Amino acid sequence: MTQPTKSNRKLLIILIAGSIGMFGFGFALVPLYDVLCDTLGINGKTQNSASSYEAVVVDKNRTVTIEFVTQVQSGMPWEFSPKVNQISVHPGELTHAQFLVKNLSTRDTVGQAIPSVSPGQGAAYFNKTECFCFNQQPLAAAATAELPLIFYVDPDLPASINTLTLSYTLYDITDRQTIVIEQGASK
Amino acid sequence: MSTTTHDTLATAHDDHHHGAPKGLMRWLLTTNHKDIGSLYLWFSFIMFLTGGAMAMVIRAELFQPGLQLVEPNFFNQMTTVHGLIMVFGAVMPAFTGLANWLIPMMIGAPDMALPRMNNWSFWILPFAFAMLLGSLFMEGGGPNFGWTFYAPLSTTYSPDSTALFVFSIHIMGISSIMGAINVIVTIVNLRAPGMTWMKLPLFVWTWLITAFLLIAVMPVLAGAVTMVLTDKFFGTSFFDAAGGGDPVMFQHIFWFFGHPEVYIMILPSFGIISAIVPTFSRKKLFGYSSMVYATASIAILSFLVWAHHMFTTGMPVFAELFFMYCTMLIAIPTGVKVFNWVATMWRGSMTFETPMLFAVAFIILFTIGGFSGLMLAITPADFQYHDTYFVVAHFHYVLVTGAIFSIMAAAYYWLPKWTGHMYNETLGKWHFWCSVISVNVLFFPMHFLGLAGMPRRIPDYAVQFADVNQIVSIGGFAFGLSQLIFLVVVLKCIKGGKPAGDNPWEAAEGLEWSIASPAPYHSFTTPPEIK
Repeated sequence: MTQPTKSNRKLLIILIAGSIGMFGFGFALVPLYDVLCDTLGINGKTQNSASSYEAVVVDKNRTVTIEFVTQVQSGMPWEFSPKVNQISVHPGELTHAQFLVKNLSTRDTVGQAIPSVSPGQGAAYFNKTECFCFNQQPLAAAATAELPLIFYVDPDLPASINTLTLSYTLYDITDRQTIVIEQGASK
Repeated sequence: MSTTTHDTLATAHDDHHHGAPKGLMRWLLTTNHKDIGSLYLWFSFIMFLTGGAMAMVIRAELFQPGLQLVEPNFFNQMTTVHGLIMVFGAVMPAFTGLANWLIPMMIGAPDMALPRMNNWSFWILPFAFAMLLGSLFMEGGGPNFGWTFYAPLSTTYSPDSTALFVFSIHIMGISSIMGAINVIVTIVNLRAPGMTWMKLPLFVWTWLITAFLLIAVMPVLAGAVTMVLTDKFFGTSFFDAAGGGDPVMFQHIFWFFGHPEVYIMILPSFGIISAIVPTFSRKKLFGYSSMVYATASIAILSFLVWAHHMFTTGMPVFAELFFMYCTMLIAIPTGVKVFNWVATMWRGSMTFETPMLFAVAFIILFTIGGFSGLMLAITPADFQYHDTYFVVAHFHYVLVTGAIFSIMAAAYYWLPKWTGHMYNETLGKWHFWCSVISVNVLFFPMHFLGLAGMPRRIPDYAVQFADVNQIVSIGGFAFGLSQLIFLVVVLKCIKGGKPAGDNPWEAAEGLEWSIASPAPYHSFTTPPEIK
């Protein structure tokens, strides 16, 4: 019985190591997912930093419809809406858009807007030179603000895409950012 | 783990150790594969009745439109915990129980390779389920986010008891992984001399492959619940868009576990059916090696199809097509199996004792579940079926008339070996016919409900669904009650009955039929000779 016991232990160690390895693989899926979505440009995430607007050729022959959709996390006492719901742009044209927010509560709050573009494959062609979503938005009680977005659509946008829907969801991150709110309140 | 009871037994010649010890401690401390197999099977049956009782609550509430019996939040807890209990408490432990009982006897081994770990892997399970069920009585209720616990339902919007849910899943996972490791080590190291790979009974083969699937995906599930735990309680943002995470990623991670998981719940069934059909057709299994390869290809393909659960999340068309074709590809090895079983029966001298009845019902009804699976795999059609009762009908056909029916078939087939008595054939047939009629009254109309647009996981519905839901509920109550016949059959069989010979079935083949009935507490202490 000593012989099989010895090889039992070896196999046991291999299998336990395999299980632990797969536990690690579960977590490795998180960066893997981001990398895959990023390189393939498939989940509608836009870039998190400003892109530069240099030597972009405006394609006057083509018109793309841009729709703006806004949502507020349920339970967050803010109003959030685009100034215009829909505009037509030429690819390559630098365009300004405005969004309105209002804090309906009696409490200073910090918001963070998360953008998403639909169809997902279009996200890589939606370039923002300036966006309120790059920063957190502290808003004092009952205050209102106008949030700017400057963007252009990459002229390489596939011909199959004629409409891009940009959706912003606003999240209340006050509790995550206690330091920020203190700074915001002292201003 | 260095010595098992058997080598002490072989040297010490202590008569006391030949039989089973008495009392409660026998069950708590046992390292005997037969005892642990019985514990698993009884535990699984208790969980089956518990999860079944929850299904009865669901069907009673859905008997008519409107809210009659339970609050919507409690209804959601019932659907969630029903799913969790049936998957992790009923089907998986039943298969592990069968593996414990049968694998050592089928390969000519004295016991499982790691008996102490075997004891642990069973005895942590009751604690997991006590925690899960206990969470139902906590303030705020138990898990109510569906057994798939999609974020943010399980993170932002879940009750405080989610931590208990997470820990219970951790324990169930550890138990399954230990069970799987034990199965692999047993099959690899403890086969009797001459028991080559291609002589293994198919139940052993299918369980070996299942065990590898378990080791590959249960840790990923543990990772997913851990991320839910830290997202909810420790401020991480794996799935929270506000912090840069992505809720869709949850579905990818979950279904990377979830799809192989559904094969974990069906591959051992294939092994059981491949043992029963030849016995009652009095022929050799048709296409043994193709069965082995088909099982392995199903297991490999199961890692490439997970996103077919997520067609409506806005995937690129290319990905939808890839997952659609991969999913349909699984129909080929599965079809190989079904055709092999039918070919085994072809021109056989068939008799229809209860195990065979359940096996034949399995083949027909599982195939129906497979066909509705093919329908769901068609991406454009799935947009209509997604999250409707059509999906509920599909997975109950493959899990109830598939996995559960095969477990019933296995119980009837091996009960004479386990207890030494024949079960009552008349009652067995009553159990079968009540079950097979009621289960179809229960699940078949759900296809139509789903096609007509009734969404799943809701306590109330539009009035046009009322009549069909009543029929479904009546089928549900009848199926639930029918299972009590099974309990009676098993209890009667344990207490007594016609003595079963070593091989009560005329044409059963396999090492387990070469030893006495009931199987002695220690079997194959010296390896048998394999011709």
